[in-house]
Amino acid sequence: MTHQINWGFPQALEDEAIYILRETAAQFEKPVLLFSGGKDSITLVRLAQKAFYPGKVPFPLLHVDTGHNFPETIEFRDWLVNTLGLDLIVRNVQDSINQGKVQEETGKYASRNALQTVTLLDAIEEGKFDACIGGARRDEEKARAKERIFSVRDEFGQWNAKMQRPELFDILNGKINIGENVRVFPISNWTELDVWNYIRREKLEIPSIYFAHEREIIERDGLYWPYSSYLNTTADEVPFRQKVRFRTVGDMTCTAAVLSEADKLEDIIAEIMEAKISERGARIDDKRSEAAMEKRKQAGYF
Amino acid sequence: MEVLRIATSGSVDDGKSTLIGRLLYDTNSIPQDKMEALHAASKRKGLDFTDLSLLTDGLVAEREQGITIDVAHIYFSTPTRKYIIADTPGHIEYTRNMVTGASNAQVSLILIDARKGIVEQTHRHFFIANLLRIPHLVVCVNKMDLVEYSEARFNQIVEDFQQLLASASFKAQQVKFIPISSLYGENVATRNGTINWYNGPTLLDYLEQIAFDHEDSRHPARFPIQSVIRPRTTEYHDFRGFAGKVASGHFNVGDEIISLPSGQKSRIKTIEQFETQLPSAHARESVVITLEDEIDSSRGNMLVKTDSVPEQRKEVTANVCWMDQQKLVAGKTYLLQHGVNRVKAKVQQINFVVDVTSNQHIEGKNDMGLNDIGSITLKTAQPIFADIYAENPANGSFILIDEFNNTTVGVGTLI
Repeated sequence: MTHQINWGFPQALEDEAIYILRETAAQFEKPVLLFSGGKDSITLVRLAQKAFYPGKVPFPLLHVDTGHNFPETIEFRDWLVNTLGLDLIVRNVQDSINQGKVQEETGKYASRNALQTVTLLDAIEEGKFDACIGGARRDEEKARAKERIFSVRDEFGQWNAKMQRPELFDILNGKINIGENVRVFPISNWTELDVWNYIRREKLEIPSIYFAHEREIIERDGLYWPYSSYLNTTADEVPFRQKVRFRTVGDMTCTAAVLSEADKLEDIIAEIMEAKISERGARIDDKRSEAAMEKRKQAGYF
Repeated sequence: MEVLRIATSGSVDDGKSTLIGRLLYDTNSIPQDKMEALHAASKRKGLDFTDLSLLTDGLVAEREQGITIDVAHIYFSTPTRKYIIADTPGHIEYTRNMVTGASNAQVSLILIDARKGIVEQTHRHFFIANLLRIPHLVVCVNKMDLVEYSEARFNQIVEDFQQLLASASFKAQQVKFIPISSLYGENVATRNGTINWYNGPTLLDYLEQIAFDHEDSRHPARFPIQSVIRPRTTEYHDFRGFAGKVASGHFNVGDEIISLPSGQKSRIKTIEQFETQLPSAHARESVVITLEDEIDSSRGNMLVKTDSVPEQRKEVTANVCWMDQQKLVAGKTYLLQHGVNRVKAKVQQINFVVDVTSNQHIEGKNDMGLNDIGSITLKTAQPIFADIYAENPANGSFILIDEFNNTTVGVGTLI
């Protein structure tokens, strides 16, 4: 009997991610998996399941709930956690607002995206988490392209791009000082298409908003925004119904929809292969400035 | 589809980021919104052309200064293969980041500015690519447009480079020279006919046909144990599996193994990958191995086959690239991490430091500074089971960690 060696995708990327997850569990006292309910964190959960099987996933999931999530995402999150028997910790941005630690943005473009950093850092401190596993990929954005697999953050959660540790071969150094934590990115080397191919191969369930469906939207700055009570609209922005889907899942106030008829995974994959616009082209939070992501990362954003 | 990993290197301003931008542009890998952002950013900078380097210089400090500080990982694919490019800095100050990018590469791409020829950083980058035994080296002589596409100039640089090759320790490295102009896209992914004396492949054509070697699968079998999986559930009450990634070689069910350092022997009962049972596991595969006997093995131990047991070492001699502001000092203790195993190690002596420009060994030094490359001898507190890097890179490299600030300060390859 010979076993077919698969050097390429997706097996090689899965092997690498599992190795990273096992290193994280072994090198840290209290790791946590940052879960948003999007396709990347769903992929991470699957990889974590595989890394420790037949044992259980040795760390909890942490969701920083801005309160402006798509209801479908929250529903999916709870279903996934129950089905797989995972531990879930939820922290709410609303609590940080109530505590006076952050201030709600105002105006047409108000979003809670930036506010969640404070809630996240509080949750990390409170839970004494020393490793936060995230589903960020280097192909997403040019500041993310600079990220190490084990990326050290100081006690304020800050990323210092100029002082990153060398990372050699596949040797991972997770030694940190008290108060610091490491952000761990097991799927750094995956692309958007790799994630979708993996979801297909593993037959993973994903929130319904990834598939084409009819919903109320408004058009603003050439993008289709999901209409909700969280969105501050002007008088001339009238919602209308349209068949759309979402390529990336963030808050309802910062994630734009794309016109699409793709209601099956095959169609989504075909659509992405043809796409002329990048994945984060529909992320309104990235459009604030050329360095939007880097600035958020310096402040401790995931 | 296989993934080809490339690391770029070269000196400051020789156009690495532009080359990568060009490669992406000509393979239609830049989405429309990113292209528009590039146009706008170039305009804001007062440039009358679209600066493709802005695509990879992801940090504010990089765009401000027009230099690359840290490695950016760039992804693109062709119908033939997937590529990961580590765009690494050229500045000597950031050599450690260059080594970071190069350590996982199968192809080292060295850029040379056609006007300047070989400079000190070329020596350094070639030395590192050779030291790490990166199988393929592509020397791109860039900015040919600024030397009137001169064949004589190109030939001169090739000739100069041959002298470097002559002094190399890793002779099996495949080397290719290509004259290019990143700015105008000549010989990057396409030809526009300005270099009509060159009959070889474009850079992309060359990369597309590089054959994968998978050498690590032919090396001796090494399985470093990352952790022990013991579910203790009703269903898996007696399950005891060793989780890890095969570093090199391959293991089959039924193979007789030795666990190091204990020396206990057993046989492989199962090789598991999630819910699937595999007959064998090859280099780079993450699996769980169960054994027929209850032997005492834990994280940091290594399973090997009885027919190829690595030497037990308490003293190692290695080539080291030092990557920290604080000097490496003879007599000081560091943590040596070999794979997933960490032991204390004391620097016995610095054998020599290499002058990378002349390839001369400078002896009698008591310390090594940032970006120095040299040979040192270390004594370890517990034995390690490493191979010579040249014989098995996956089990022949290590990092040194500073015990006080926890940072990775050096990288070593066993000699």
